[in-house]
Amino acid sequence: MAHSTASSSAPAHLQHHFVDSDQQFESSKMGMWIFLVTEILFFGGLFAAYIVYRAWYPDLYVQASTQLDTFWGAVNTAVLIGSSLTVAMAIRSAQLNQIKGLIINLYITIGLAFTFMVIKYFEYVHKFEKGIFPGQYYTYEGIAHEKANIFFSIYYMMTGLHGLHVIIGIGLMIWLLVKAKKGAFSAEYYTPVEITGLYWHLVDVIWIFLFPLLYLID
Amino acid sequence: METSALKRLQVQRFKPEENPEIHYLNSERGLWSWLSTVDHKRIGLMYLASIAIFFFIGGVLALVLRTELLSPAQSFLDADVYNQVFTLHGAIMIFFFLVPSVPAALGNFILPIQLGAKDVAFPRLNLASFYIYTIGTVFTLVAIITGAVDTGWTFYTPYSTETGTNVLLMTLGIFILGFSSILTGVNFIVTIHKMRAPGMTWSKLPLNVWSLYATSIIQVLATPVLAITLLLLVMERALGIGIFDPALGGDPVLFQHFFWFYSHPAVYIMIVPGFGVISEVISTFSRKHIFGYWAIALSSLAIAFIGFLVWGHHMFTAGQSSLASMVFSFLTFLVGIPTGIKIFNWLATMYKGSIDLKAPMLYAMVFLFLFTIGGFTGIMLGALSVDIHLHDTYFVVAHFHYVMMGGMVMALLAGLHYWWPKMFGKMYSEVYARISCALIFIGFNLAFLPQFVMGAQGMPRRYFNYIDQFQPFHQLSTMGAYIMGVGFVIMFFYLLHSLVRGEKAASNPWGSRALEWQTTSPAAPHNFEHTPVVIHGPYDYHKPMSEFQLGIAHGHHGESHQPETLETVAETGTRP
Repeated sequence: MAHSTASSSAPAHLQHHFVDSDQQFESSKMGMWIFLVTEILFFGGLFAAYIVYRAWYPDLYVQASTQLDTFWGAVNTAVLIGSSLTVAMAIRSAQLNQIKGLIINLYITIGLAFTFMVIKYFEYVHKFEKGIFPGQYYTYEGIAHEKANIFFSIYYMMTGLHGLHVIIGIGLMIWLLVKAKKGAFSAEYYTPVEITGLYWHLVDVIWIFLFPLLYLID
Repeated sequence: METSALKRLQVQRFKPEENPEIHYLNSERGLWSWLSTVDHKRIGLMYLASIAIFFFIGGVLALVLRTELLSPAQSFLDADVYNQVFTLHGAIMIFFFLVPSVPAALGNFILPIQLGAKDVAFPRLNLASFYIYTIGTVFTLVAIITGAVDTGWTFYTPYSTETGTNVLLMTLGIFILGFSSILTGVNFIVTIHKMRAPGMTWSKLPLNVWSLYATSIIQVLATPVLAITLLLLVMERALGIGIFDPALGGDPVLFQHFFWFYSHPAVYIMIVPGFGVISEVISTFSRKHIFGYWAIALSSLAIAFIGFLVWGHHMFTAGQSSLASMVFSFLTFLVGIPTGIKIFNWLATMYKGSIDLKAPMLYAMVFLFLFTIGGFTGIMLGALSVDIHLHDTYFVVAHFHYVMMGGMVMALLAGLHYWWPKMFGKMYSEVYARISCALIFIGFNLAFLPQFVMGAQGMPRRYFNYIDQFQPFHQLSTMGAYIMGVGFVIMFFYLLHSLVRGEKAASNPWGSRALEWQTTSPAAPHNFEHTPVVIHGPYDYHKPMSEFQLGIAHGHHGESHQPETLETVAETGTRP
């Protein structure tokens, strides 16, 4: 039902309610941009909470951020920026009809995203071992500040939600990979690659804000 | 299609077929064809059915509350149950009925037709929004069955993190519901930008579309903040993260800031689409070009914008700094300006028009009357010193109901009666429609005018008990609620009668010039049998009907209609 008989020459990917491919491509892209705006506001609430508590407990933030591993945070930043590059290259490959390049770039992007999550996992485990849990379960005594749990509540919420977005991104990228191998994409039709790329850049940009705000305070 | 900015289109006159054999309701049959449909019209109707059910549940709960309040002290509900009932009434009416009412139900149905599009930009996403809405409601229903919620619809911390009731499931349900609202907003914005028919320029957009556009912007910008707020609340209950818990170093007022950052704009999500419906109805039934087209269109956007800057007026008594309160109070007054602009433009449209008092127009006039009262009392509540006295009294309850029920519900009913023939191809009984409208109007005022007086005299909201002095007011109010209930029961029956054996409706029963009336009733499966071409605006009542029924001279399924008479060769822009 979604695919139409709009006219005898209509390409297979063109949905019935669009006039032509351009309209469909522009609509999808605009939809994704608006969705990204909602994502920014979603994280915006957490950034607002971050700002409020940082204004109230400035020393806490300085002290607590020493518990975060700046080296691995920096590595993760590099990993994510690298994956943004490869996803951009994937889109370029699709535009040039180089499907092999598209598939390779998607593989690299997925690999980098996994690397990010693995590093994040070890960071979390390292903290859990010390007793740094969110909120009321917080038991670590190495920070001389009675509200130390608040910093880590915000840390876990922000990085946790970001991690969830990375996992969703991995899922989308695997879906793209499967479709690309079936030959669904070409220079004429690569809309899903393009809009997933947009999403992935946003995930990257959010991390670029999280890294200095959480790890690089002093 | 060529992409030159201007091109010559061969257009032909298409008079819509009367009472077509095949339309969107019967083009596919069976339950599965409804559940799996991507047709915006069917999705709109499914939303309409859902909100009708929730309006019924919320309405029954309201009657239960009013019955309990007939006499002071306990009659048949104890205090805890009373708390649960008003929480459910509020949460159901707001999140399950008002927010999706005009945008998701009427908007889904009418928006693409008004644009001359075949569907919204993302039909499958549209269906997904509906199912997300359904999942959200299931969560909430489970929450109700397994222990209810007694926090009020605002879920204020720290009470909502401590109460033994099922806040977790309820907030999760509303969190999920938020995504439905966001996706509908995204869908509408893209549809309005990218899917307009040839010639449908921004200055020819129906005002209903402008309203939905402003609403969608609010939905997209505000709802994610509610989502993160509720997620934090869920985490607070599940993991004790403590961001809103003073014992753990958090701040409960931060919750109020977050909550109202969504929920104040959300009341504009609930009212702005109503403005659009009213603009359409008033112009159609006054047979006159709308007065101040751009003023009405842009004031919707102005309300959307200013609406984001006034949330602090809910916290005048919550320990906000006096400077902040003053700024919020001033900004609250500012919202009155674009709203006033609309009211005056509607009145000016009616001035010297040939007014036809059909049911939709009656509801539109009820809207004008009630919403104006609601708006003015809102300005009173926005004044700092007055609010200290009136905060958390029945005055607020009455104000809110005048705006939401007197405003949005009346607009919804106006729209429902206005587009009913387009939805089902049937007419309803005009006589019963007027009786029901009169009963609702009388009952509404009887129910809520006394609450203004009570509130001003100090009756606090959300109390199940009161001193004897207030009893006459409560009794009047309860009586009004029952009268309204009768009005809605009558409406249910005449609409049902209309569905089963109503008279067949003409394609354009109101003689409107708007695009949605230039197709068949009920609408064709793809809205139009041709690609419509728009040359005149939707309110150009001074131009003959034949200049409106135009379309490109070949069908969208490839087969070309024989261009018997090429009546006009119009010069229009290409697809925008």
